[in-house]
Amino acid sequence: MSGRVVVVGAGHAAGTFAALLRQAGYDGELVLVGAERHLPYQRPPLSKTFLAEPATQWLREAPFYVENSITVRLHETITLIDRVAHTVETSLGQVLTYDALVLATGARPRMLDVPGCDLPGVLSLRTIEDAAALRDGLAGAAGLAVVGGGYVGLEVAAVARSGGVPVTVLEREDRVLARVASPALSGILAAHHRGRGTDVRTGADVVAFEGDADGVRRIRLADGEAVDAGTVVVGVGAIPCDELASRSGLLCRGGVVVDGAARTSDDAIWALGDVTVRPRHGGGEPMRFESIPSATEQARQAVASIMGKPSVEPEVPWFWSDQFDLKLKIAGVVAAPYDTVLRGEPATGSFALFHHHGGRLVAVEAANANADFMAGRRLLASNRPVDADRLGDPTVPLRELALA
Amino acid sequence: MPNITYQLPDGSEQTVDVPEGQTVMDGSVRNNLPGIVAECGGSCSCATCHVHVAPEHMALFDEPMDEETELVEFLDGACERSRLSCQLIVSAECDGARVVVPDTN
Repeated sequence: MSGRVVVVGAGHAAGTFAALLRQAGYDGELVLVGAERHLPYQRPPLSKTFLAEPATQWLREAPFYVENSITVRLHETITLIDRVAHTVETSLGQVLTYDALVLATGARPRMLDVPGCDLPGVLSLRTIEDAAALRDGLAGAAGLAVVGGGYVGLEVAAVARSGGVPVTVLEREDRVLARVASPALSGILAAHHRGRGTDVRTGADVVAFEGDADGVRRIRLADGEAVDAGTVVVGVGAIPCDELASRSGLLCRGGVVVDGAARTSDDAIWALGDVTVRPRHGGGEPMRFESIPSATEQARQAVASIMGKPSVEPEVPWFWSDQFDLKLKIAGVVAAPYDTVLRGEPATGSFALFHHHGGRLVAVEAANANADFMAGRRLLASNRPVDADRLGDPTVPLRELALA
Repeated sequence: MPNITYQLPDGSEQTVDVPEGQTVMDGSVRNNLPGIVAECGGSCSCATCHVHVAPEHMALFDEPMDEETELVEFLDGACERSRLSCQLIVSAECDGARVVVPDTN
């Protein structure tokens, strides 16, 4: 295929897609249009290493884009898609024709709509600039409050605490990671954070940020209590940037709806990454995955589809998170109903929670337990029956359970 | 600069320069060779940079840590010459080393 492929966005999904499209032999024009000022970079390290000196991990170094004839237009957005004429218009007024259009517009942090949410020092974390602001804020701040006990929030809390900063985590639900992790993992991680001096509060409903022109001073909770903080990070989820798609008449349902080839409701338009609502391995309701592996898989799907190559095998969803000394890896979707088997010992810092239902694995949550994680991922991919007793018996080798 | 040869999933071969101190994964990513996905950026997390090192070149690289061994054990196409290329740091002695990139990343 020749012609021109235009990618809306220049983040991780867009950059990966562009590299894979060239790998697949596409020799037409390839243009990325990104709202940020930077070439595609690795976003996961931002919440894991933001206290260190700024050392951006580029997805690819700058010469790569020149060598591979990939045009990257930065600090520019697409304002209009003409699906009939196959053109897009950029914020600089330029019109580009496309043979294939790829939407990789990502997501943006959800903000808390409460009084004081625009005070200096109330931050979120998505971009290089956000990470720098957080680092600067913590340098002089009295303490950090993290609003939202999700994965990003807990990673930020762990890094700050490791750097000696007093940290409070405020979670509205009755446990951290309420929507994304099992109760067992929530409990283990909350204890892990508390054991390192972080004040983890659940059932904490933030109603206001209070302070003055210099910035935020404290957080007010629904029960009237105040929590002092010189810096606040709000990590209460992300909103898919699907406005352009929606405005263009593409099917959106809490994100751009795509099929297993990453194709939208328009045959000439694909979508990738955080902005998409996508089919799941093994069936179930389509959902949004905010993870690198999902974005990579969709990039491969779109490349195969655009190049007319065989479709790619669906993958088991997974992601990773680092918190203190715990390297967490989660595969599958942790969604009730399930029963849980523990393998290993949380107190040692190496363990895995295998969640199963109807004799099949539904998810595995592993910490410093790569073999358990990989075995779980294989079991999820094969959907072979599992025996919960054997799974929880450390004398039964994982090889036997997953490979034999 | 050391030369590393990659046998790609389609059977073809590419030889590229990899600066000392960089990894076999870095050399593949920088040259956009197919097969090594490297989605975690080289933090020994994702196991998408699996290679088979030529038998005579295994000793050119540091022994794997447990973290890597455990990931590799459960990969498709794993064998005793399997390594994660993000953990293969290239030194001057590695010049001429050869890896096979399996079609399973």
